Amino acid sequence: MANAQATSHALAHTHGASGPATTFGIGRIVLYAVLIVLALLFLMPVYVMIVNSLKPLDEIRSGNLLALPQAWTIEPWLTAWSTAQIGVQPTGLKPYFTNSFLMVVPAVAISTLIGSLNGYILTQFKFRGAHLLFGAMLFSVFMPFQIVLIPMAKTLGLLGLAGTVKGLILVHVVYGIGFSTLFFRNYYAAFPNELIRSARMDGASFFGVLGRILLPNSAPIIVVTVIWQFTNIWNDFLFGASFSDFSSFPLTVALNNLVNSSTGVKEYNVHFAGAFIAALPTLIVYLVSGKFFVRGLMAGSVKG
Amino acid sequence: MKAGWLPKLMISPSVLLVLICVYGYIMFTIYLSFTTSTMMPSYGFAGPASYERLLSLENWQVSVGNLGIFAILYIGVAGLLGLAFAILIDQKIRSETVFRSIFLYPMALSLIVTGTAWKWLLDPGVGLEHTMQNLGWESFSFDWIKDNDMAIYCVVIAAVWQTTGFVMAMFLAGLRGVDSEQINAARVDGAKTWQIYLRVIVPQLGPVFVSAFVILAHMAIKSYDLVIALTNGGPGRSTWLPSVFMYQYTFTRNEMAVGAASSVLMLFAIGVLVLPYLLSEMRRVKNG
Amino acid sequence: MASLDLVNVQKSFGAVKILHDISIGLQDGEFLVLVGPSGCGKSTLMNIIAGLEEPTGGLLRLEGRDITRVAPAERNISMVFQSYALYPNMTVAKNIEFPLEMHKVEKGAREERVRSVSKLLQIEHLLERKPRQLSGGQRQRVAIGRALAREPKLYLFDEPLSNLDAQLRVDMRTEIKKLHQRLKATIVYVTHDQIEAMTLATRIAVMKSGVLQQLGTPYEVYNRPANTFVAGFMGSPRMNLVKAQLTPEDGGHALVFQEGNGPKVKIDLPREAVTAELARYSGQDVIAGIRAEAVTLARPGMVAGPLQRFVEAEVEVIEPTGADTLVVIDLGGHEFTVRLEPDVSLAPKQKARFLVDLGKLVCFDPKTEALIA
Repeated sequence: MANAQATSHALAHTHGASGPATTFGIGRIVLYAVLIVLALLFLMPVYVMIVNSLKPLDEIRSGNLLALPQAWTIEPWLTAWSTAQIGVQPTGLKPYFTNSFLMVVPAVAISTLIGSLNGYILTQFKFRGAHLLFGAMLFSVFMPFQIVLIPMAKTLGLLGLAGTVKGLILVHVVYGIGFSTLFFRNYYAAFPNELIRSARMDGASFFGVLGRILLPNSAPIIVVTVIWQFTNIWNDFLFGASFSDFSSFPLTVALNNLVNSSTGVKEYNVHFAGAFIAALPTLIVYLVSGKFFVRGLMAGSVKG
Repeated sequence: MKAGWLPKLMISPSVLLVLICVYGYIMFTIYLSFTTSTMMPSYGFAGPASYERLLSLENWQVSVGNLGIFAILYIGVAGLLGLAFAILIDQKIRSETVFRSIFLYPMALSLIVTGTAWKWLLDPGVGLEHTMQNLGWESFSFDWIKDNDMAIYCVVIAAVWQTTGFVMAMFLAGLRGVDSEQINAARVDGAKTWQIYLRVIVPQLGPVFVSAFVILAHMAIKSYDLVIALTNGGPGRSTWLPSVFMYQYTFTRNEMAVGAASSVLMLFAIGVLVLPYLLSEMRRVKNG
Repeated sequence: MASLDLVNVQKSFGAVKILHDISIGLQDGEFLVLVGPSGCGKSTLMNIIAGLEEPTGGLLRLEGRDITRVAPAERNISMVFQSYALYPNMTVAKNIEFPLEMHKVEKGAREERVRSVSKLLQIEHLLERKPRQLSGGQRQRVAIGRALAREPKLYLFDEPLSNLDAQLRVDMRTEIKKLHQRLKATIVYVTHDQIEAMTLATRIAVMKSGVLQQLGTPYEVYNRPANTFVAGFMGSPRMNLVKAQLTPEDGGHALVFQEGNGPKVKIDLPREAVTAELARYSGQDVIAGIRAEAVTLARPGMVAGPLQRFVEAEVEVIEPTGADTLVVIDLGGHEFTVRLEPDVSLAPKQKARFLVDLGKLVCFDPKTEALIA
């Protein structure tokens, strides 16, 4: 199809099944009403979390979850951050926030780098077993992580990394390679070959092609990979619960500790504040990254 | 370009890591499931004893039963809702991106956060029941989360909330991938909007249904974080899933072999689901 | 019967105006071809006729009934799309049946119609296949079959032949023409190929940048183009359009072709070729239009007819096409393409003598580019 014709066709065909966007019929009103109700339902949990994290405890107990605070207070947030009881220590979530941060940044950086290297090799070089290798990596993305808990715990113990943040970094790098390789491989498979070929003809080396041609043009996929890895690793619980100890808990484990093991008085407002603190980094990343987040979701799911 | 020694060298660390930490560990765990391990791994061969014990345990049967209920409801509801949301959003809505962001943001949250929020939302003492009563509806009751028979449905609610946006995104991409000329042709042929969706668009979404199913099913089997945060397996063991069972038996109840066996069965279940899908995707990739 | 009227149709997308004031009246049984380069707005106009888009201004009438805001389904039209747009999950039979189903035709009548349509188009053996199992030409027939199913008042064809390879395109073109003669249907057809336009149309609407350049029969559009655009667009090779001075000469006029101070070529014009309107340009420049086939090689002993003149020119390039020879000659510094018999023997740089039929001369105003009547 000639391009200009395609454009004019596209202009004419941007209409979906409902035809040109009609003016207000009763159908449109109902449609928007339904969507707004659904949107409110979806926002409700977060609304509840924020609103109730700013109330004193007796207000929660006597009032209802949907009401706005009558006596605004940021006490719950301060408590959650620095004085709440996590396990045996009244340290609040702050040290564990730090743990998560210290764990996530290196893990994301390393697994992204390795993923780009692997994606490059898998798409640009032919060797026996390349497809099998890719398939093997792909499967590691789907497998239930429970199956590697025992041997990994043993290995970390042997390496002296049990119960440390470094151990967690290692674990997340190892199991993050599958995803990041998948993303980069798919991206580089669609990369225009002529660029690479002409770079090779100009004498670029193995690392030259990667460093000068591929990586500088990989901004979209780097963003997608970083966002995906960040979200998954920050939100992980299973590995955190299995391989860390009190000093190295990531934030998710600490939060769960805070909520589930509190005996006696349940400080809902502190729990909500804590949950929100834990959710903030990934929520901010989500809001800022918009379509890249969606691309990561789609790349990791629909196509191989 | 044929690989020289350098590329092979550069990929070998990943190869090693995957071989050892994925397949090696899987082998190890499978081996363990045939031993007499209790608190620590021991290597005495015990044959299929752990599996026999596993299958006889009521805890396991409850876990598997719960998984069945959970998976069917989760996949069904999230799948249908996701498709419905996608069709709604496909109607050329103003501020479409706002609505999409609202439905999708739960995917950015840790399941612990989701579990925590819904835990109190569904709690009769402070959540929905309490709120409704507080608003004047005295006889309203919603204590599912404390009810042995109904707690699993609370897990379904939270899980559906988390993932519906994702399924919506998948179906939306599928809907928009349908050739718009076919839609125009259907309009000229006289089809009303609902007929166009039913007869022309949705039938072409087969591959999306399959992808959505595989992904939702494997997420259901792996579900752990959400259950722990929402109900901690309770009340009692009424929301135990195989993943919870595995953790409990391996780390808390010192029956490592049984725990290993349970994780092997989980692997098997996922394998059966995912391998055919992966193989067909790989073949498609191979054929360009 | 099925007449179609477009009255002052306009279309804008935001600030961009795509269609400017299109007015076309179509009689029952006519085959109207909308032709023009990419981006001229023909597809948009087609979509407006189909009801897939609403015009920003103007109206449409089908058999006198105002259909400007009527939904496509209720206009009693059908359409064949460029990409055929067959429903991939339905068999050929179901594809053809679909419009009948949507219009609540009962089952027996539907099946009968599918049978007769598939017989007409010779696709009976394909009825149980799915679109992906068909070749391009077969898919096209199915698309036409689906359009024929309802026997609508108006058929719309949106570049249906563009996706076919060259030979198949020519065969299908003939098929479509035969279909038109057989059904005596009213057809609006969009293409960017001017040969298709010429061979299929009863009337052609030439469009450029959303403006109707000319509406006329193939003969009119070819021989009396309304402006230089139409002159250059229709016909292959394009009409020679060369600037020349209309000089008064011996009680008559002549065309003088000269580039700067270079060699001058003069052709004097028979009185019949100079209309009163043209005579007003005496002493000024005009754009002279002569088609390549209006020139032949002068053989020894040839005598010029009353509307013909001899011209000497130098040969530049020779392009044998098999069916004829296209030769580019130099006329006072301007390039001129002429179509000669296939077996002439000429060489580059050779000076030769040509016979020009000035009965086919058309002249255009150099400023407005419009035809000088």
